[in-house]
Amino acid sequence: MDFALSEEQRMLQESVSRLLEAECPLEKVREIAVSDQSHSAEIHQQLTELGISGILIPEDFGGVGLSFLDAALVAESLGNAVTPAPFVSSSVMAPVALLAAGNDAQKEKWLPQIALGKIVIGVGVTEQISNRENSGIKLTDKGLTGTAMFVIEGMSADMLILADDSGSLHLVDALAEGVSRRELKTIDRTRSVAEVVLDGVSGEVLPGSESDTEPLLDTIDAGRLILAADSLGTAQVMLDKAVAYAKERKQFNRVIGSFQAVKHMCSEMAAELEPCRSLVWYAAHAASTIPDEARMMTCHAKAHLSEVSQFVARTATEVHGGMGFTDLLGLHYWFKRIGFNRQLLGSPELIREEAAKVQGWI
Amino acid sequence: MDLNFSSEYETFRDEVREFLENNRDKAPRGRDTGKPGEAAIAWQGLLIEQGYAARTIPKEFGGYGAEMDILKSHIIAEEFAKAAVPPGHSGDYRLVPTLLELGTEEQKQQFIGPTIRGEMSWCQGYSEPGSGSDLASLSTKAHVDGDDFVINGQKIWTSGAQYADWIFCLVRTEPDAPKHQGISYLLFPMNTPGIEVRPLVTMTGDATFNEVFFTDVRVPTSQIVGGRGEGWFVANATLKHERGGLGDPNQAENRFRTILDMMNRETIDGSRLMDQPVFRDRLLKLQARLLSMKFNGMRILSSTLKGEDAGLARWIVKLQGCELNHQMAAMAIDILGEGGILYDDSPYLRHGGMWQRSFMLDLGLIIGGGTAQIQKNMIGERALGLPKEPKKEDAV
Repeated sequence: MDFALSEEQRMLQESVSRLLEAECPLEKVREIAVSDQSHSAEIHQQLTELGISGILIPEDFGGVGLSFLDAALVAESLGNAVTPAPFVSSSVMAPVALLAAGNDAQKEKWLPQIALGKIVIGVGVTEQISNRENSGIKLTDKGLTGTAMFVIEGMSADMLILADDSGSLHLVDALAEGVSRRELKTIDRTRSVAEVVLDGVSGEVLPGSESDTEPLLDTIDAGRLILAADSLGTAQVMLDKAVAYAKERKQFNRVIGSFQAVKHMCSEMAAELEPCRSLVWYAAHAASTIPDEARMMTCHAKAHLSEVSQFVARTATEVHGGMGFTDLLGLHYWFKRIGFNRQLLGSPELIREEAAKVQGWI
Repeated sequence: MDLNFSSEYETFRDEVREFLENNRDKAPRGRDTGKPGEAAIAWQGLLIEQGYAARTIPKEFGGYGAEMDILKSHIIAEEFAKAAVPPGHSGDYRLVPTLLELGTEEQKQQFIGPTIRGEMSWCQGYSEPGSGSDLASLSTKAHVDGDDFVINGQKIWTSGAQYADWIFCLVRTEPDAPKHQGISYLLFPMNTPGIEVRPLVTMTGDATFNEVFFTDVRVPTSQIVGGRGEGWFVANATLKHERGGLGDPNQAENRFRTILDMMNRETIDGSRLMDQPVFRDRLLKLQARLLSMKFNGMRILSSTLKGEDAGLARWIVKLQGCELNHQMAAMAIDILGEGGILYDDSPYLRHGGMWQRSFMLDLGLIIGGGTAQIQKNMIGERALGLPKEPKKEDAV
């Protein structure tokens, strides 16, 4: 029994963190945020060199074949640095979809390219979670037709994996005839989503998803788990920054962290966030090794991290006082990333309802 | 990450389960409200014999005498909780470890055996009306007269004082020393002349606590643990044990299972509470908290096994664990709707009024053993490194 990270896992996380410390300082984040780019191609490339783009892709397909826990640790580090990289869609959800439902030819063609960072795959599954604007894609006689909203990394993607209204997954060339894309600007400028409109587009179905919704659900689960881990990392930095600020900022001739009102805000954040780390670890471990519990734990990780990270985002900002509200400190990049992670792929109420269903409560 | 137990431990777990199956009807029933009766003492004896109680206490003092094995202790606690069978105790969980660590050979011989068997019961004389969170400011005094300490003062929140045979008690013996260095840790019988016990009825209607008054109580100077003025440090060894005992995730899991059962059984207009989305969502929020604390506990256990400090993960347990229990009791009462106000021996009462009592008692636990606010100070200062509140003076 050892509920802990392995030495290799600690080293993996350290190497990602070290890279991001050097290559993804706040100035870099700002630069991407104000640009038209949806992510930093350099950082994507540097992560690829560490094997991160192919983290879940088996060695046979050019990846490093690690577990969901390893991927979650990477996501935590990416969240720490509010990293503008296409990790959740291209390095996690797309490989999971291809591995679960792709045929051999599709896997052989696309997985190595993902692992090598040669392509970015955007993923659109929103309508299968909650359909808000009457969007959705149908497979008709003339091809795929309709609108997919909140397609993660949709603007920069070379290829898209989109779910149709029956839950089948389709691989679509982003530049194919009949595909039009428009960015949906979000509060979070460190990742991006797009609306993809298809008008009679010929895609390639991932055959394993045609009569089985499991590949779709596995893809959604993987995305949720990674967003939860990202929020853990993002919230941890907000807490750390709040504590550091409380030790340094003086008012009434005292550092503000010596006032119990402020100290208790920090303690409450820590008390809420620390058990989340264990929840994310367990859910990620279950995703690779405990199939019976995997979906339920992922639902809880996503929903609970959404709640706790929102509390941390708000409280850490308050500890910073007026400065927290400014652009100067850049704290808002973390705040907004937490908001993005919360809403995407299902907000907490919706996901808790799924957790009830998964457990057979209703 | 490896959640499997090695075969040695799986075998051990099977043994514990088998024991529980075969012997559960010997366990004492009902709420544990007083001095251990015959059934409780017999049960404790059986558990010590099996190594499920007083496990690591040396044989020479009446314990089972096993090597410390945290994983086995963990398995015992887990299986007893799962089976809802009352676990054994290691005598008094605060006093016995303290005596083992700091008591004289004579004290160990005299007290540990009868205490772990449940034949000698203890109460703790720490808190005073004027000294709660700031315990070190305590003012119950003792002066030396011949071979005796003579004690005068008052204690409060003394659980079990009405039936305890002995008390371990903090008194100020060195009035001129700084406050932390003027305290001694004394042991004396509760039938010593000059002790008066007055029950303190709490909001639950039970009198588990007492006020204890000392008027010229004479205690031989040999009945001290540690040296004169060292009582604060001796007591801190016991406080450490007390904190470890709160916020047990096994208990919380049992509680959650019962609430889940209520969600399926209790009905409004004929439909299950589980079919009410608002209740269901609240239950799921609690489940996420429960799971987080359970896995946090596994993480602490793994750190402890490796001799590492679990740090923040451990600092938050009392605060979060007690709060979660309280929230679960609150939910159970709301599941019962108007029935949630029933108490005592009312008809239609569920689970013997356990939820109503827990809702109140848990608030007591949030306050006791270091209030939630003191916990937040400790998390902030010791785990996060935030500075202490500046003090004007640090005198008695």
